Amino acid sequence: MNKFFTKNRDLTQKLGFSLLTLMTLMTILPIIATVIYIIVQGAPAISWTFISDFPREGMREGGIIPAIIGTFYLTLGTAIFSVPLGIAAAIYLSEYAPENKATRLIRLAIINLAGIPSVVYGLFGLGLFVLFLNFGTSILAASLTLSIMTLPVIISTTEEALRAVPQSFRTVSISLGGTRWQTIRKTVLPQALPGIITGVILGLERAAGETAPILFTGAAFFLPRLPHSPFDATMALPYHLFVISTQVPEMPIKIQYGTALVLLVFVIGMNALATFVRGRARAKRQW
Amino acid sequence: MKNKIVIENLTLQYSDGTESLNGINLDIPANATTVLFGPAGGGKSSILRCLNRLNDLADVEKVTGKILLDGENILDLKTDVIALRRKVGMVFARPVVLPFSIRGNLTYGLELAGEKRKSRYAEAVERSLKLAALWDEVHDRLDDPAIALSGGQQQRLCLARSIALEPEVLLLDEPTSGLDPISTSKVEDALIELKKQYTVILVPHSVQQAARTSDYAAFFLEGKLIEYAPGTEIFTNPKKQRTEDYVMGRFG
Repeated sequence: MNKFFTKNRDLTQKLGFSLLTLMTLMTILPIIATVIYIIVQGAPAISWTFISDFPREGMREGGIIPAIIGTFYLTLGTAIFSVPLGIAAAIYLSEYAPENKATRLIRLAIINLAGIPSVVYGLFGLGLFVLFLNFGTSILAASLTLSIMTLPVIISTTEEALRAVPQSFRTVSISLGGTRWQTIRKTVLPQALPGIITGVILGLERAAGETAPILFTGAAFFLPRLPHSPFDATMALPYHLFVISTQVPEMPIKIQYGTALVLLVFVIGMNALATFVRGRARAKRQW
Repeated sequence: MKNKIVIENLTLQYSDGTESLNGINLDIPANATTVLFGPAGGGKSSILRCLNRLNDLADVEKVTGKILLDGENILDLKTDVIALRRKVGMVFARPVVLPFSIRGNLTYGLELAGEKRKSRYAEAVERSLKLAALWDEVHDRLDDPAIALSGGQQQRLCLARSIALEPEVLLLDEPTSGLDPISTSKVEDALIELKKQYTVILVPHSVQQAARTSDYAAFFLEGKLIEYAPGTEIFTNPKKQRTEDYVMGRFG
């Protein structure tokens, strides 16, 4: 082999690697920078009062507890509706649905549903839940709206997790006298569970951080008390952040970033939980 | 000799046109090993999968004829396939252990059947492992994950898993194709014990294995039954030219 060519190839390789490393850095740097900026700007606002007290002085002082609790309620409400429905739909699609035109159409609809802008969901929720079903601007209406938005994520990740379970497990279970449902319940679901949980958490995390869908359906500008029932409106972290960043004059900047930091911790916390669940399951997996 | 299974004029076609069966007539005696052998694509596995109706899961275009198990036609629409599969156990070519412990694999079928008595579980575990010649190797670690066993042990566990249900018929589809010679001989030895209690139907992975294990042997070629005779006859003095050619290794 000619020495010149060898050298040249080494150089090309090094250049290529450097370029790829640079690209990677370019994608993660803005994320890291954002997080650091929010921490630096928001950390001074964080105190026990901030996460346990009501807003005071036109939200310019005090804490954000109603928004934190509101976001918790909305996430919980979304989970109650979207998790059972999403998992059931995924089980049907993966284990029972025949491969035909109707099934393909359903899958296509689910994929498209995931691509709809969140503000459109908000408008739909306003029309259906708030006005037509007369739930009013409420936790219920907002949770249902968020559920519809979350469903496609939960369905597709769950379906993927179910399909990842080897077909041979199903065949063996059936050959041992199992019904289809027994096979799913005793073998397929337990094996797919970590993947399903990961998908559910990621879907709910997205719901927790959304503003547009709850804007018209359940979010309140300011409430002097915590919501008492699912039919009450609620404050919520993302909407509160929007409000104090754009609607309130002379807002101390550290409260804005403090709120952003709390939301970020909430969402990253859920993400970390998903990663942890997946990692532990992968270590224990027997196939 | 009592016939456990009588196959009458069985014809089968898959919708993608692969491997089919063409007018098969076959009487399978109880308490003996019947071997179905021949080149790939001849229809051996298809017959096995008809016998426990596992073909229900496949893309079968049509099935005609009868399969009588103790006189009952199992291809009948009214057949309780779940009960049938408990009666007709199956071991696959590749050992597929379920992602549970060794014990969990063995009790899985009983759990599906709704067996509540825990004493039956322990009994079934010991009995089936002994019959599958695996007891001595695993009796002190029944709660270890089954996947940790060697390939040969996994296949014997699969055998034991079928036995645990106390079936009447055992279907074995090239059960030793992935195993080393020592593991293979252990499985074959287990089969000798098993046929005393069960009707064993084996698709062997070689002619040599067919000759070693068979009481009766059926030679299949392209979906047709060419010759069916006691093993001692078919491997030493085949009647049909094509059987002889295959047994002598002239094609296949």
